[in-house]
Amino acid sequence: MYCCLHAPGNLSLLTECARGFSPHIEENPPDTVVFDARGLEALYGPPEVLAREIERRAGVPANIAMAANPDAAIHAARGFRGITVIAPGNEAAVLAPLPLNLLGGSSGTAELLHLWGIRRFGDLAKLPPLGVAARLGDEGVELQRLARGEGYRQLRPMEDPLEFEADMELEYPLESLEQLAFILARLLGDVCGRLGTRSLATNEIRLRLKLENAPEHTTSLRLPVPMLDQKAFLRMLQLDLNGRPPTAPVLWVHLAAQPLKPRRTQHGLFVPSSPEPEKLELTVARVRHLVGQDRVGTPEILDTHRPDTFAMRAFAPRQGGGTALQETPTLPRFCLRRFRPPRFAQVLVVNRQPVRVMSPVLSGRVVMAKGPWRTSGEWWRQDVWNRDEWDLALESGGVYRMFQEIDSGRWFLEGTYD
Amino acid sequence: MGAAILQLRSEIQARFDIPLEIRKRQETRQFSTGIPAIDKLTDGGIPRGTLTEICGTESSGRTALMFTLLGEATRGGECCAWIDAAGAFDPQSACDAGVDLERVLWVNCGGNAEHALKSTDLLIQAGGFGLVVMDLADTPDKEARRVPLSSWFRLRHAAERTDAALVVLERQINARSCSALQIEMRRKRPVWMGKLLRGLAAEAESRKHYRSRTAEFLAVV
Repeated sequence: MYCCLHAPGNLSLLTECARGFSPHIEENPPDTVVFDARGLEALYGPPEVLAREIERRAGVPANIAMAANPDAAIHAARGFRGITVIAPGNEAAVLAPLPLNLLGGSSGTAELLHLWGIRRFGDLAKLPPLGVAARLGDEGVELQRLARGEGYRQLRPMEDPLEFEADMELEYPLESLEQLAFILARLLGDVCGRLGTRSLATNEIRLRLKLENAPEHTTSLRLPVPMLDQKAFLRMLQLDLNGRPPTAPVLWVHLAAQPLKPRRTQHGLFVPSSPEPEKLELTVARVRHLVGQDRVGTPEILDTHRPDTFAMRAFAPRQGGGTALQETPTLPRFCLRRFRPPRFAQVLVVNRQPVRVMSPVLSGRVVMAKGPWRTSGEWWRQDVWNRDEWDLALESGGVYRMFQEIDSGRWFLEGTYD
Repeated sequence: MGAAILQLRSEIQARFDIPLEIRKRQETRQFSTGIPAIDKLTDGGIPRGTLTEICGTESSGRTALMFTLLGEATRGGECCAWIDAAGAFDPQSACDAGVDLERVLWVNCGGNAEHALKSTDLLIQAGGFGLVVMDLADTPDKEARRVPLSSWFRLRHAAERTDAALVVLERQINARSCSALQIEMRRKRPVWMGKLLRGLAAEAESRKHYRSRTAEFLAVV
């Protein structure tokens, strides 16, 4: 069975109502929607009961018709008031009193039929098919088939735009983030539900908040892998808003998700386990909230000779084992522990050799000093570096790297060898 | 032996009226440190599912040992976390030591030891990391001693549950009975060659064995 809803000026409401019953919906603008109702009798009972349920859920007064083919249902809904249920095989008799203008067709054919005195579906249905074919051609045959309620065709299901958004205008401005969390939970539930029904996930969630007497607040969650965990999204949004709260009460909330196919991976039996990306993202968000936004991640060394230059990237380890490194050192390496930023120090220099270091971090006599090694670069930039580096061993036993800025002559402690 | 244990169990049970179970110690897997002398000292390397403490003063080779261990772990495909209380981690040194930085999550706590403790707790509870390093090497002793024993117990249990090797880098031993292995690093001498600093000779002592054992190694620049 197919069910048709017809209500002038309420197409969107009718479509929304039809979505509650079937995913196969055809829109016939401006006022008619037809959907596939096969199988619904198992849930709702006979077609009459189903039709009453649809009427109840429609929310607006609508003509509802049920028939064995979509066209018969559309014509019945457009022609009869209230609920019409056409039993299979009885289409021609039920549709017979309907006026011919409901049938459509070209203006020439309609005018010709009017001249012949054909006013209703029943009149056209009674005409001999061969005569109709000879005088009106293919269009006439098709119209007669429709008038008899015999047409059968597949539905042309509407394509939903792949937009996963939800918004809510608030009746009064929200001031606390706790209250806002309830709104976000509801919107996330809506968006995630829609993504879930299409077997999709998301790797980006955008939140827009309209504020009272203040510019719009926007934030975006970017995830390394597609996820569909409503609770994790909510927690991440809460952490983000706690770290950077809106500057004024919230009037309107808009949430949008970027749809993406979910991640499907198969782990090797002998590959070391790695953190679950979904769980890791939430944990990293928590740590980031604790220590600061740009202090968590994977360091990437940049292609420059400038000391201590790196970029902090999002932590997204490769799946599976193995490493990108080709060479492995044969002996343990003596490493540097950096002072960030380098600590200012006073250095006593005798015969161009540092002999004593005084700073808030460490002080003492220099027992061994090797240097200087001059490094400089990026003279075309404002923050050019130009310095002499020294390796110093103090009497305390520690070995340090220090440098003297050429321009200012000031000394700094760069790090400890450890 | 078995009969004695059974008798002991029944006596304790009768006295305190509580069910008594002797939990069998699970066989632990180990991370090779990449330094044969240290592997020999620790009977195979740093154990997984436990808390290990590596302590020492500046220039005692603590970081060299940890970067070598980190390099071994990342080359084996493990994901690692380095929680850096002071923000002293040098990516270039780590890379030179053979660490695959793509597998390292670095948390720079900017000098806040409390944040380091909380971050370590969050990351080790999340699971999936093979090696978690909490670097308190530049945290003043006074501040490090303030970490309550209950926090160390919590971390130890989390490590047991997730089978991660939790290593704490510090100036002196703080977790005491919570750590399964304690290694004290001592500097022997820096190695100079002409105008260059070429390396550091260091000594490691295992503190949790019945008989104190030591090993020496050379870290090169």
